Amino acid sequence: MRTIIFRTVAPYLAALMVLFSIFVLLRGHNEPGGGFIGGLIAASALAIYGIACGVAPVRRAIVFHPMSISAFGLFLSALAGLPSLLLHQSYMTSQWVSFPFFDVEVDLSTPMMFDIGVYLVVVGAIASIALALEERESD
Amino acid sequence: MTTAAIDTTILAILAPFAAAAAAPIATKLLKHNAAWLLALVPALIFFHFAGFVAAVSEGQTFVISREWAPSYGINLSFYVDGLSTLFALLISGIGTFIILYAGGYLKGHPQQGRFFSFLFLFMGAMMGLVTGNNLITLFIFWELTSITSFLLIGFDHLRAASRRAALQALVVTGGGGLALLAGFILIIGVTKEIEMSVLLQNPDIIKDSGWYLPIFLLVLGGAFTKSAQFPFHFWLPNAMEAPTPVSAFLHSATMVKAGVYLLMRMHPLLGDTALWTTVLPLFGGATLIIGTLLAVRQTDLKLMLAYTTMASLGLLVMLVGTSTEKALEGAVLYLLAHSLFKGALFMVAGTVDHEAGTRDITRLGGLKGAMPVTFTAACLASLSMCGMFPFIGFIAKEVLYEGTLEAGSGAALITATAVLGNALMLVIAAAVALKPFLGAKVETPKHAHEGPVLLFAGPVALSVTGLVAALLAHSTGTLFVGPMLASITGHAAETELHLVPAHVAAPLFLSLGTFALGFVFYVQLTRMRALMTSVLTAIGWGPDKGFDQFVAGLVSLSNGVTRFVQGGKMQTYMTLTFIATAFAVLLPRYVAGGWPEVPAMPQYTFYEWGILFIAAIGLVAVLIAKTRLTAIVSLGIQGFAVALIFMLFGAPDLSFTQFMVETLSVVILALVMTRLNLNPRDHRPFGAAVISAVIAAGVGIGMGLTLMAVTQQPFDTRLSDFFANFSRTIAHGRNIVNVIIVDFRGFDTLGEISVVVLTGLCVLALIRVRTRPEDRLTPKAGTEARNKKLEAR
Amino acid sequence: METGLSVLIGLFFAVSVYLMLSRQLVRILLGIAILGNAVNLLIFTSGRLTRAVPPLIPEESYHLLTEAANPLPQALVLTAIVISFSFFAFLLVLAFRAYQELGTDDANEMRVAEPVDEPAPPQGY
Repeated sequence: MRTIIFRTVAPYLAALMVLFSIFVLLRGHNEPGGGFIGGLIAASALAIYGIACGVAPVRRAIVFHPMSISAFGLFLSALAGLPSLLLHQSYMTSQWVSFPFFDVEVDLSTPMMFDIGVYLVVVGAIASIALALEERESD
Repeated sequence: MTTAAIDTTILAILAPFAAAAAAPIATKLLKHNAAWLLALVPALIFFHFAGFVAAVSEGQTFVISREWAPSYGINLSFYVDGLSTLFALLISGIGTFIILYAGGYLKGHPQQGRFFSFLFLFMGAMMGLVTGNNLITLFIFWELTSITSFLLIGFDHLRAASRRAALQALVVTGGGGLALLAGFILIIGVTKEIEMSVLLQNPDIIKDSGWYLPIFLLVLGGAFTKSAQFPFHFWLPNAMEAPTPVSAFLHSATMVKAGVYLLMRMHPLLGDTALWTTVLPLFGGATLIIGTLLAVRQTDLKLMLAYTTMASLGLLVMLVGTSTEKALEGAVLYLLAHSLFKGALFMVAGTVDHEAGTRDITRLGGLKGAMPVTFTAACLASLSMCGMFPFIGFIAKEVLYEGTLEAGSGAALITATAVLGNALMLVIAAAVALKPFLGAKVETPKHAHEGPVLLFAGPVALSVTGLVAALLAHSTGTLFVGPMLASITGHAAETELHLVPAHVAAPLFLSLGTFALGFVFYVQLTRMRALMTSVLTAIGWGPDKGFDQFVAGLVSLSNGVTRFVQGGKMQTYMTLTFIATAFAVLLPRYVAGGWPEVPAMPQYTFYEWGILFIAAIGLVAVLIAKTRLTAIVSLGIQGFAVALIFMLFGAPDLSFTQFMVETLSVVILALVMTRLNLNPRDHRPFGAAVISAVIAAGVGIGMGLTLMAVTQQPFDTRLSDFFANFSRTIAHGRNIVNVIIVDFRGFDTLGEISVVVLTGLCVLALIRVRTRPEDRLTPKAGTEARNKKLEAR
Repeated sequence: METGLSVLIGLFFAVSVYLMLSRQLVRILLGIAILGNAVNLLIFTSGRLTRAVPPLIPEESYHLLTEAANPLPQALVLTAIVISFSFFAFLLVLAFRAYQELGTDDANEMRVAEPVDEPAPPQGY
């Protein structure tokens, strides 16, 4: 598996895939995509990087433990339901804020925050599984 | 009584539960002296209910109700009338002294706080039971007394005898409670009423319903087990394993009377029928005689008292069973008298045990000088038990003989039974009160001296109350006995009580006869004891032994069933599961018809056919794969085919996700499979393979046909239309699928991503946790390791 | 339209059940993976099939303009795919660890929880 070409290309490929995954995540509300798919793409990116260059560089690259990322995502998703409580609406009622940023109208919303949480959960959990299994491979 | 005072009744009834929570803390701070503080709780409850006495004696009743589970018609509702008032007074009044007594008796015990807690829990349950108006509420408190009794009997849980006695009491009384529940449910179903106070206004509602017999039997099942009627009596003497305060409180004064309470409470509804006046006196009388005879045999103070308690309960049931007004009056009086003298005597027995170190009557004697106060209390209480003038026991006996004499057809037999039983109880009363205190001083294990005030307050107070209640006979009659009798008979009753019999009549002669007979028995006590012992040895078997056999049988049976149902072979479980699945999808279709119509050949394009075909090829390839690489690749093929199917039918999101998942599946499968061996041969003998294939085909065909039948039905698109219409207008999103996931059904998704996080954690844990090689379980060694663990326990 | 897929889904179920009735953990795992796909397809198909029109609302509109695929089963299946994958991963690791600890991949030989000659439960109290 660890051919020189694969090892050389993998970091760039992984970076591209992560970038693409974020694109898929963000456009998910209007076009095909979303947190689940984006998360899976990013997780495969990390898995590929791990297979090519070993697990240690991947762990260094993502800084946090994948399960911490996953847990943070869950936290974020749960948090996304809270703002509506301040407005005396039931938990998880979606809230939207829209403001101009230079020339573009930017929408910020609790569903988006929720979707980012989903993304992080999926990236973290799946990457954690994949990396753990790859680690077994090397010892 | 003011409305506010009436409303606080719920607080009064539930106060013991709060006290139960506070008791351990109080005991930690104040040690055994916490008893003084804690005893205030039942004392306050006593005074609260004492406030009801005047109103209740004028014939008023009170219903106090709070909503609990209104959708089921279950309310926290309580009924205060003559019957519940006297019971509440007895429970709280005796409870006050029991708490004090427990403070002295368990002084220095490391778990004294827990003990207080259990006692209070029981007290609360008992208060709820005797005031409960809603049948379901009543049942809950009824079972709560069984459970708290279990905790109290098993208080000394390190001894097997305690554990056995606790379990026995729980099984017998709890089982009876279930019968009672069935009875209550029948009553609710038949009468459509759930409140006792409403039922009591239509006393004939059950008798006229045609369901009288089953209801009668089920209620009796509850009452007889709780009140230790023969043949369910055996748990009561065993319950003497509990510390003495428990025996005095639960197993003489209060809990065992719950059955009698229930019979009295239900008397207007169920009583005074031919069945009632036959069955109850029969069992009550049998219990009375058997109880006294068994008591004679014992030499342990507590056991002697326990068997006479059983006998007294028999007497009460017999009296309630005769259903005449005089007999019921006798029952009320005797119940009052019994609670007072038996509670006192138990506490005396406990004090003697505590101070002298033994409660074996043959090893006690001459304690009069060392324990004068306890001796006085013992004398007063046992004189009441003997039915001597001028104690409440005397009045009770006069009235109850009067009652049995007018009992109708069986009057002679019932009276004779009562006389014989009373004479034998008199013997025990004399033996318990006199033997340890009089005569020559016997060397006891501990140097005996008078107990502290905590220990003698209770016996003295209760036995003196027995005397005062008799001296103030007129007030006792109008304030307590009359109202309670009115509740039992269902109509107002005039009660005239006199300490000195108004005229010399048959009951007085019967009393004198009882004394004479009792004196003869007392002289012959040792000989009777020997006789009873030899008789019992000759019989050999009893319900107590039967209980052991029952439990052993139950354990073997459940073991056998478990072994049969869970043989330990994964394959068997799977096979059964899928046979059931196949039947579940095929049988309804076969029975109810509803096979799908024969479909037309679907119109697919050639590439659609191609993809379906590829999926099928992938599946078959997985099935026949010989190497792990083939298996992984084939699994990938069917997975990617599924992704393409999603793509073809307008689901790009699914398709995308499926692609990613399949890729990752193949990757991790490859990672694991390099270590895990795929055996090239499927170890299935031909026969087993055929059976598996048949089951698999059954499930597959069933699922396929079900789906076909479902899709041939017209489709209800309302829900989908809702999402399609409001996705952009409400949720500002154009990708409807994503909007459903993160917005419309976001809470669902939150649950699902939690699952994903959890599996991630589990995988991590599985990989990280390593057992040391020497601890590893091989399948064969599994049994040994398990056995070793069992032994270590 | 749905008929062909119904038959295919029946085949999915049959194959997965046959694999799960095996004694070997690996085959059981393969069966479980296929079962996940079978159920997802079942839900998808029972929401009726529409060719190639995804449930996306066009930029200029507030409602679906043409007849599109049913979005509801898609939403249900999407999360189900991810969950069944994470469970598959969990089971895979579980099987692998069981194989390491017990030295076998035969489900019938794994008797730690239900030993063959388990002693009768203790009598007494």
